[in-house]
Amino acid sequence: METIFDVENFNLWYGENHALHNINMQIEKNSITALIGPSGCGKSTFIKTLNRMNDLIPSVRLSGSIKYRGQEIVNSKINVYNLRKEVGMVFQKPNPFPMSIYDNIAYGPRTHGIKNKSQLNEIVEKSLRDAAIFDELKDRLKDSALGLSGGQQQRLCIARALAVKPDVLLMDEPTSALDPISTSKIEELVLELKKNYSIVIVTHNMQQAVRISDYTAFFLLGDLVEFDKTDKIFSQPADKRTEDYITGRFG
Amino acid sequence: MNLLDKNNKDTVESIAGTIFLVLGIVNIAFVLLICIYLIIAGLPAIGKIGIIDFLFGTKWASTAAEPKFGILPFILTSIYGTAGAIVIGLPLGFFSALYLAKIASHKVRITVEPLIDLLAGIPSVVYGFIGMLVLVPAIRSIFDLPDGASLFAAIIVLAVMILPSIIKVSITALEAVPEEYELGSLALGANEIETYCRVVVPAAKSGIAAAVVLGVGRAIGEAMAVMMVAGNAANMPSLFESVRFLTTAVASEMSYSSGLQREALFSIALVLFVFIMLINAVLNVLLKRGGVKRK
Repeated sequence: METIFDVENFNLWYGENHALHNINMQIEKNSITALIGPSGCGKSTFIKTLNRMNDLIPSVRLSGSIKYRGQEIVNSKINVYNLRKEVGMVFQKPNPFPMSIYDNIAYGPRTHGIKNKSQLNEIVEKSLRDAAIFDELKDRLKDSALGLSGGQQQRLCIARALAVKPDVLLMDEPTSALDPISTSKIEELVLELKKNYSIVIVTHNMQQAVRISDYTAFFLLGDLVEFDKTDKIFSQPADKRTEDYITGRFG
Repeated sequence: MNLLDKNNKDTVESIAGTIFLVLGIVNIAFVLLICIYLIIAGLPAIGKIGIIDFLFGTKWASTAAEPKFGILPFILTSIYGTAGAIVIGLPLGFFSALYLAKIASHKVRITVEPLIDLLAGIPSVVYGFIGMLVLVPAIRSIFDLPDGASLFAAIIVLAVMILPSIIKVSITALEAVPEEYELGSLALGANEIETYCRVVVPAAKSGIAAAVVLGVGRAIGEAMAVMMVAGNAANMPSLFESVRFLTTAVASEMSYSSGLQREALFSIALVLFVFIMLINAVLNVLLKRGGVKRK
């Protein structure tokens, strides 16, 4: 297997608060890696480091190393806009822009310089198809994206992320604001997307991690307690704290 | 305890309620009184002069042997002056707001914002005074005119005067845009400027439109400062000529007016009032649509 992200001795501070301690893990290509752990354990912080969205918080300090396909992204002068094009992100709360469905999807490609109308049409259709939402929306492309249901909005946001042809998709609790039916649609979609993308997903829902992920990382109070194949973590956890968490003793 | 019993609290409550109601009615009564008085005082002269001659007459000569009461020069001057102030003030104010709301560091912002508030608090006579002493002579020498007191001078003074309201309302509008939009755009690899131009500003557009209308309201109602820099001659408007606004037309003749002249001044005030009512109606619609609270 090919490694997409190679994390070594990675630390993160919010001001004086040491939020992530010495994280080491490898994220593999075309796999789904789930990050689990109680609120405030640092999993969302960690995922936002992978596309440098943490740069937006002024007090953040980093140390150690994270290599994306061999290139150092921690404290290095990379072009973050290119990194974010390669490493797309889907947020907890569906956040379509207040514009038409079409313009939402075309936003990313336009940003990266695609102006040709037929090329844009093609990208919009393909992205919506890949996000399994084309048939529902094909007659409404000119309508405002804000009129869609929460589940549709979230799949639209996934389509929007796919439209810039990323390599990795980061998903920060993408189903926590959705109902069970929308959730299962997103889960099916994520499993489908694994063929072409590498996916890192933060989830509060341990069943979700079991259902869809290949690898699971358990975070607790800023430590990466355990990182292994999902079946291993949920059947024979090596660490007592992992066992306590997955059996529901805390969290 | 019998739940139907009335007690002292209810009495206090109902007295307080009545007091607030009366105070509220007094407020509304003022507005209605002004409105009704202006209509009663303003309509007769329009009838005597003829509405067409009054609104579209190009000559105002209220004290001539054969007086003329055409207020088109004032109407157009007010419109041009306000439009000019918006053309200059809007880009200036809007980009300042964008800078302060999104780009400036916290330190810069807390230094600059009180200064903008201060700008809003300066009395208009001071603007007029500075305009008279600095701007008017500067315009005279730069453009080589016999006199610098002109529509152009008034436009610049008005542009500066409306800046605070445009900046304040635009900042509020920009900050009302949910952060998720910004994050969504940045996560797609867009840079900050692109994100502001393509997502944040369009999402704030009705609030920004409200800023414009508020600026228009300010500019069209301003009298003192423009009176001091516009020269105040009842010419049809031209950028470098002395002009008179609707507001200044009322203010400059009221003290010595009599008869039909005085009545016509009330009619001018009525016209101005109608303008301001329209602007307020537009503003209310925009604010409702934009979900931005008026400050």
